[in-house]
Amino acid sequence: MTNKNNTAENIKNTKTTPLDDTPDWTFELLEQYQHEIARVADFYRLDTYTNQIEVITAEQMMDAYASVGMPIGYSHWTFGKKFIQTEQNYKRGQMGLAYEIVINSSPCISYLMEENTLTMQALVMAHACYGHNSFFKGNYLFKSWTDASSIIDYLLFAKNYIAQCEQKYGINEVEATLDACHALMSHGVDRYKRPQKISLDEELKRQSERAEYLQSQVNALWRTVPKKEQQESENKYKFPKEPQENILYFIEKNAPLLQPWQREIVRIVRKISQYFYPQKQTQVMNEGWACFWHYTILNHLYDEGLVTDKFMLEFLHSHTNVVAQPEYNSKFYSGINPYALGFNMFIDIRRICEHPTEEDKEYFPEIAGSNWIDTVHFAMENFKDESFISQYLSPKLIRDFKLFHIHDDSDNNYVEIGAIHNEQGYKKVRHNLANQYNLSNIEVNIQIVDANVDGDRALTLRYTPHNDVELGNSKDEVLKHLHYLWHFDVKIIQENKSGEDKVIACCPQKNKDD
Amino acid sequence: MANFIDRRLNSKNKSTVNRQRFLRRYKNQIKKSVSEAINQRGVTDVNSGESIIIPKRDLSEPTFHQGDGGIKDRVHPGNDQFSTGDRIPRPPKQQGQGAGQGDASDSGEGEDDFTFSISKEEYLNLLFEDLELPNLEKNQLDKLIEYKTVRSGFCAEGVASNIDIVKSLQGSIARRIAMTSSKRKQLKALEEALLALTNDKHDNIQKKRALTTEIETLKGKIAKVPFIDTFDLRFRNYAKQAVPTSKAVMFCLMDVSGSMDQATKEMAKRFYILLYLFLSRTYKNIDVVYIRHHTQAKEVNEHEFFYSQETGGTIASSALELMNDIITERYNDNQWNIYGAQASDGDNWADDSPRCKKILEQEILPKSRYFSYIEITQRAHQTLWKHYQQVEESHPNFAMQHIKSVADIYPVFRELFKKSTQSAA
Repeated sequence: MTNKNNTAENIKNTKTTPLDDTPDWTFELLEQYQHEIARVADFYRLDTYTNQIEVITAEQMMDAYASVGMPIGYSHWTFGKKFIQTEQNYKRGQMGLAYEIVINSSPCISYLMEENTLTMQALVMAHACYGHNSFFKGNYLFKSWTDASSIIDYLLFAKNYIAQCEQKYGINEVEATLDACHALMSHGVDRYKRPQKISLDEELKRQSERAEYLQSQVNALWRTVPKKEQQESENKYKFPKEPQENILYFIEKNAPLLQPWQREIVRIVRKISQYFYPQKQTQVMNEGWACFWHYTILNHLYDEGLVTDKFMLEFLHSHTNVVAQPEYNSKFYSGINPYALGFNMFIDIRRICEHPTEEDKEYFPEIAGSNWIDTVHFAMENFKDESFISQYLSPKLIRDFKLFHIHDDSDNNYVEIGAIHNEQGYKKVRHNLANQYNLSNIEVNIQIVDANVDGDRALTLRYTPHNDVELGNSKDEVLKHLHYLWHFDVKIIQENKSGEDKVIACCPQKNKDD
Repeated sequence: MANFIDRRLNSKNKSTVNRQRFLRRYKNQIKKSVSEAINQRGVTDVNSGESIIIPKRDLSEPTFHQGDGGIKDRVHPGNDQFSTGDRIPRPPKQQGQGAGQGDASDSGEGEDDFTFSISKEEYLNLLFEDLELPNLEKNQLDKLIEYKTVRSGFCAEGVASNIDIVKSLQGSIARRIAMTSSKRKQLKALEEALLALTNDKHDNIQKKRALTTEIETLKGKIAKVPFIDTFDLRFRNYAKQAVPTSKAVMFCLMDVSGSMDQATKEMAKRFYILLYLFLSRTYKNIDVVYIRHHTQAKEVNEHEFFYSQETGGTIASSALELMNDIITERYNDNQWNIYGAQASDGDNWADDSPRCKKILEQEILPKSRYFSYIEITQRAHQTLWKHYQQVEESHPNFAMQHIKSVADIYPVFRELFKKSTQSAA
């Protein structure tokens, strides 16, 4: 073995002995690479949770895939469907598996696939164990929305609880409840409130009290209905007082006929949705950050002479595939590749810091020429995709990507090019690209406005369109699920152009109009 | 800090439960797909699983999402021809909800169906759920004809050829030890006493002599314990164990007279496939005998059975007779589970029908586990049907059904083999 003396302290040698670059990895080699990567990551001030690196097989990777990366998932048919799909695609060779999956937890769990070569394992370690990991620990959204230390415990609690419910109440009932919750999952997020931290013990302790308390609370709700008729007409009891955007939370707390265990399931789905919410908002940044660091760290190792040319060629080959951006008229095009955009933006920030041009000084006076390590850390910590793009997308990158903006108004029978990569267009392109990652534009704005507690208990939701975009077709299906949870009539209203509220969907379906 | 954990040996089937949940939920669609797929198979092809196709829309997970209309602003990479203000005709609408899809990519590879494979076991279970082989219980005891000789321990009596030497010698040693141990103890004590006397200064001649005689007597007694005794002998014991026979023969009888067209034969073929698959769940070895007939019956191979065209009249009894002959000749009904399936369009020479009935009742049915008759016709029933109806009334292992179209086959098959709560007549 050539790398016997390859501990980090051999700085005296100007000629460092490179690490072994045989394709087959061993645990000793992984340790050595990990050690070097950790050293470099520390040099660049990457602050991470402790890494727990698990080596798994391709089948296990598919399992992990199927449960959307949750290491411990409850049982549900949709995960089975996902698994079958993944398996089919993998077997047909239509898709390769991801090289890694990393979980926002403390310790931070990352999966390495057995089939990867040593180079790939090194790439993955730099990418996941130091890139993603430091992002999870540093980014403000993750800091304020997720509690990495308790998530594994919570998932375990959820899995056991749901399994218990299946035994007690039957698979069908639990499945129906979960289906309903999944349909509303993206509306189970508190967008503006910070969720409480929870530990497993607390969660278990609170769960039983909560079940009873909630039921009594619901019953009490109906007793608050004012009795005097005149008072009622004067001061009509309005519930909820303000529109509620967190539909699952509202259901959990207020659905009149829900069983206590169903409330708990609603809560579980809601919590998981909340846990994944920051990941949805930081896809470009998160992947970009991880790619930026695997690139930077491995190049650093190369500059130190620790990895060989052969290693670098294989690494660059994979890296280039990952950050490739097909053009709009390519048959491989499916939107902007978050890896490509994010990676290039971080590289670009570093360039602006180190070698600013006149244009950069004009667009980014505050960062041009600054310390790049400080700047990328600041960018990683304090932004989400939308704000990150609108803050840091440079004209050079717009030119490199040849970005152009299409304005599509359904009133016209044509689409219009709104802006291209030229001086007049930079800001518009940047603005529109940033908006494309604004979740409040992507996810529909639908809120509970009335629960008619003193009447037929009908639940009314209001859809407020963004840019006049209609609500998608599956709204009727979702409404059926909501009806399952609420047990009384539910309907969605939308204000039409003349300012009147129109019912656009209701469940159960009615023939007569209101 | 990093810890490496090797998880490769952990169970890899974490998703099995979820997969089962999925199959459970879409059982109806999967069953439909399974029963459609049956048409594509050869009769004896049972070793493969099946690929299942479910329309994608049935699998959708609904969410609130943005639909059509309104103003949409998208940014795309790779501008090669556009300038600000260019107007382009709106590209054709893409399949599905293409939130992130490029407007210009028109080759949307929309996958409409969800296809996946199930294993052979899953396939057969789905195909034959709720079905069972008729009369299994009732005939089970009668069928325990074949015996297997198995070792069953040792016994004290038996023929000499079955002596188990090791066991017998073990017994011998044990017996000898048991019978001589007290004497050996005595002997040892006496010998020590004798030694003590010999070493004594005095001449204890009398005592020595007495001891010596005693020792001799004891030695003689020990020597008299036989090396082997009939008591020691152990014989290998054998027992006869009844084994249910796992051999089955399936007779496919089909009318190939001029009135049977290819479509009718295809229908019959599907029925035979189902029967074969169904039997293969229970029996390891299944022989299939194809008998086709018009006025004369003939044993043929599968291809000829389904694809050769004959003309002429119909005498169904000829096939039954041939079946009976073949049973007598090759398939002893003590060793074989005999199943018969007859398909016909109902045409038969009128005088022949009573004869069919007679052969069935007297010869075939007593030997068979089950005999099914399907009539594939659009027309009214003829004499054969009527005579068979009488048979059905009196014989629980005879069943008949009427098939009008391809779609009937699977339901009819299920009808014939459904788990019956009816008591045997």
